[in-house]
Amino acid sequence: MAVWPTDQTMRADDINFILATDCGSTTTKAILIGRQDDEYRLQVRGEAPTTVEAPFEDVTVGVRNAIAEVAELSGRRLLDDDGQLIRPAQNGAGTDVYVSTSSAGGGLQVAVVGLVRRMTAESAQRAALGAGAIVMDVLALDDGRRPHERIERLRRLRPDMILISGGVDGGEERRVVEMAEVVAAAKPQPRLGSGFQLPVIYAGNVAARSRIAETVQDVTALTVVDNLRPTLEREDLAPARAEIQEEFLRHVMSQAPGYSKLMQWVDADIMPTPAAVGDIMQQIAADQGINIVGVDIGGATTDVFSVFEGVFNRTVSANLGMSYSITNVVAATGLDNVLRWIPGDIEAGDLENRIRNKMIRPTTVPQWLESLKLEQAIAREALRLAFEQHKQLATGLKGVQQERDIADAFQQTRAGEETLVDMMRLDLLVGSGGTLSHAPRRIQAAMMLIDGFAPEGVTRLAVDSIFMMPQLGVLAQVHPEAARQVFVRDCLVPLGTCLAPVGQGRAGNPCVAVTFTDTGERLEVAAGELRRIELPEDTTREVTIDPVRRYDVGAGRGRAVKTQVQGGAAGLIIDARGRPLELAAEPEQQRSAARQWAEAVELYPEVQ
Amino acid sequence: MAESTTIRKQRRLPLTGQVKVAVGDVVAAEDVVAETALPGNVTTVNIAGELNINTEEVPRLMLKSEGDSVQAREPIAEHKALWGIFHAVSRSPMEGTVENISPVTGQVLIRGPAVPVELTAYIDGTVVEVLGDEGAVVECQGALVQGIIGIGGEAHGEVMIAVDHPAQPLTADLIAEDCRDKLIVGGAQVTLGALQQACEVRAAGVVVGAIDAAVLDDFLGETLGVAITGDENVGITLIITEGFGELPMAQGTFDLLTAHASEHASLNGATQIRAGVIRPEVIITYPSSAEVPPEPTIAELSVGSRVRLIREPYFGVLGTITALPEELQKIQTESLVRVVHVRSDDGNELTVPRANIELIQQ
Repeated sequence: MAVWPTDQTMRADDINFILATDCGSTTTKAILIGRQDDEYRLQVRGEAPTTVEAPFEDVTVGVRNAIAEVAELSGRRLLDDDGQLIRPAQNGAGTDVYVSTSSAGGGLQVAVVGLVRRMTAESAQRAALGAGAIVMDVLALDDGRRPHERIERLRRLRPDMILISGGVDGGEERRVVEMAEVVAAAKPQPRLGSGFQLPVIYAGNVAARSRIAETVQDVTALTVVDNLRPTLEREDLAPARAEIQEEFLRHVMSQAPGYSKLMQWVDADIMPTPAAVGDIMQQIAADQGINIVGVDIGGATTDVFSVFEGVFNRTVSANLGMSYSITNVVAATGLDNVLRWIPGDIEAGDLENRIRNKMIRPTTVPQWLESLKLEQAIAREALRLAFEQHKQLATGLKGVQQERDIADAFQQTRAGEETLVDMMRLDLLVGSGGTLSHAPRRIQAAMMLIDGFAPEGVTRLAVDSIFMMPQLGVLAQVHPEAARQVFVRDCLVPLGTCLAPVGQGRAGNPCVAVTFTDTGERLEVAAGELRRIELPEDTTREVTIDPVRRYDVGAGRGRAVKTQVQGGAAGLIIDARGRPLELAAEPEQQRSAARQWAEAVELYPEVQ
Repeated sequence: MAESTTIRKQRRLPLTGQVKVAVGDVVAAEDVVAETALPGNVTTVNIAGELNINTEEVPRLMLKSEGDSVQAREPIAEHKALWGIFHAVSRSPMEGTVENISPVTGQVLIRGPAVPVELTAYIDGTVVEVLGDEGAVVECQGALVQGIIGIGGEAHGEVMIAVDHPAQPLTADLIAEDCRDKLIVGGAQVTLGALQQACEVRAAGVVVGAIDAAVLDDFLGETLGVAITGDENVGITLIITEGFGELPMAQGTFDLLTAHASEHASLNGATQIRAGVIRPEVIITYPSSAEVPPEPTIAELSVGSRVRLIREPYFGVLGTITALPEELQKIQTESLVRVVHVRSDDGNELTVPRANIELIQQ
């Protein structure tokens, strides 16, 4: 856990400058936060290529370069003549606090072993994902593989660590020992470094601990934590998550090039990047008492985070991304599903080759408007698929006996299979990643989020303009107030508010009326329509939303809701296309509808 | 692409083993530099289930102990009940060693014979470093062609030019029996028939300018979703130098391969377009006695530099930089980007984002 402050005499009130870095696979991003008039604000941001790989093989080279850029941009000297951080801040130089996150070198890669795929193994998967890991595979008794296939798979994976779960406390031991025998037989090797044993965390049935130790301790470095599923009705992921992060520092970070040096520099433990993002989202959700969904759509992967009624979940869609994995998005959803989002006609003949050329030259940017439309259409599908995967994992506990009433008896879902993600109760949807943060028009980012996630009722939309959430997440460990202030004031760019009635109706029939309290202005929006109303940033207006009988905006079918809507670059978007969002079946109708919607919200410029 | 460059290849075993070379040794591509034995495959036998006994009885009823060798079908456990009236035997499903007898699960683990692994030098060269008991680094002076994406792993073969010019597609009729074990060099595109024919005659590999996405999918039997390759087992190693679609191989690349026709090449299709990028390659080592061309200077982005445009609407166009404006410019998408002005070889003045060009090594 956090060790800050190293200088125990420094109080939060004495902190005026904070430096934070995020060491990504390709880029190391640094931000400098300063206090002005008792308010912490972002001052500048700098970046430099990450230097984990040859020829440098030392992460601190890239960190120093990123800090040097921050120093140049801010005019504040941060490194001394020996390249060491100047601390504490003094005479217009240096910083009081330095923190960092890391996802370099492929991040934290974990293999999960459990008993039943949709019960203890799924709980373990949630624990690993919540700790910021990439889950390489989930092995379970019911995974359809034979024992030797599991052993072979574990041997090939070369994870950073293995998390073993299984059984409720006091339950049957034999099966969990059987899975531990698989781990022992594989004699798994760690991904980084040689000469040390692979960390294995056991978080299963407490009664089996000694037998698990006998089975795996000779070939792995075993640590034991509390059972993450002590009873069928209860999941306790915190001890396993904490141990995963501890092992991340102890074994993975210390083996990565230059990290032992970086670990000496920081004032709090280095966190895996996604874990830091998860922490800041949980903190904001708790502070504001809201439900949040966040997404980071990268070149290779898409991370989705959610906090609903205080329950945090994270998923990583490993091969859904906008450059390295772009072909996989199209393969997963089908080209037709991509094309349905493109307004008007597009030359389909060479699309497959164009998409693959983006995959092999991932740093290129769309020059043609047609290319931008194609990429944004693919992004909608990547977001949609990643969110589907998230909803499947963000569920209640499976295997729990629940009382069912007569209404439940007619539902197909089994106990615990209902997703915790309730779009009607979602307050804030945050997007990040180049495709969303750098979209030429903010309305494009807003529409990608709306089409990908299909928010219901009233939902605020925002983008993290420069993906600062990782740095703020780790900063929250040592100075939560500074992290909160920067998050609210500098991190999020408000896009506006989406208002989407749930229900279906014939296109052109009345759907919803919106009345602004301050002016009395009333707007009527028909089913199938999309409407955009200017609502500048820093503006909040009270509205009464009055849906027709078959639509619901949060209070039940046909019931009006009075609420505040917040402004932003995209304004207020009234989405009367219906929920679930069902697009026309015929490609020609799809293109025509997409064109109408694009024109209605001024999605793209007119090309001469 | 480089006519001559110093190439270093790290050759590392998957597990520690025995290194067979020393610093200074001259090695050929096929020479073994290190070897090890991978643990054999394992299988489990559910003794308790087969003999219908409690798990804790399993150790007592075993005919073999941990560490004992067993043959396929050899009895490993036996249970007699009711004075021998009921007699059941468990047999090993494979040859190997008894690794573990579990009284908890009632299962026995049999591990098959170790699998020997030999690691070759991959390129002709000299050993310049020994990596403990894990491998060695081999260095050579050679010609290097880096592709953009490849399929399949390491291979070796004599360079054979199958087309007349870099814009000519590689078709099945250009590949005959004499292509066996050869690295076939094509031009603008390759047909599915040509790839199948190359496999048929057991060519070592194919290097061409471009491939149509649908042809690659058909050849692989699946869609290549992410550009992480090298483990495919499709009969040949395939290297694409320019991209997807129909694009001539770059003239410089074609000329370099032509200059080395009939020479021995090492090739590898392994590609990883992620952090730590790996591109496919063709390497031709210069003999130590040969007169080696000078190493190329690193191409710089400046007025007069030769470039290839790598994004539509000008994908594949070659040209020369005429200006590098500093200020950001709004392009058709409304993005503000740094641009470069290029005069294409067919005389058009083009403005493109700097991210969308590739320098051509002179």
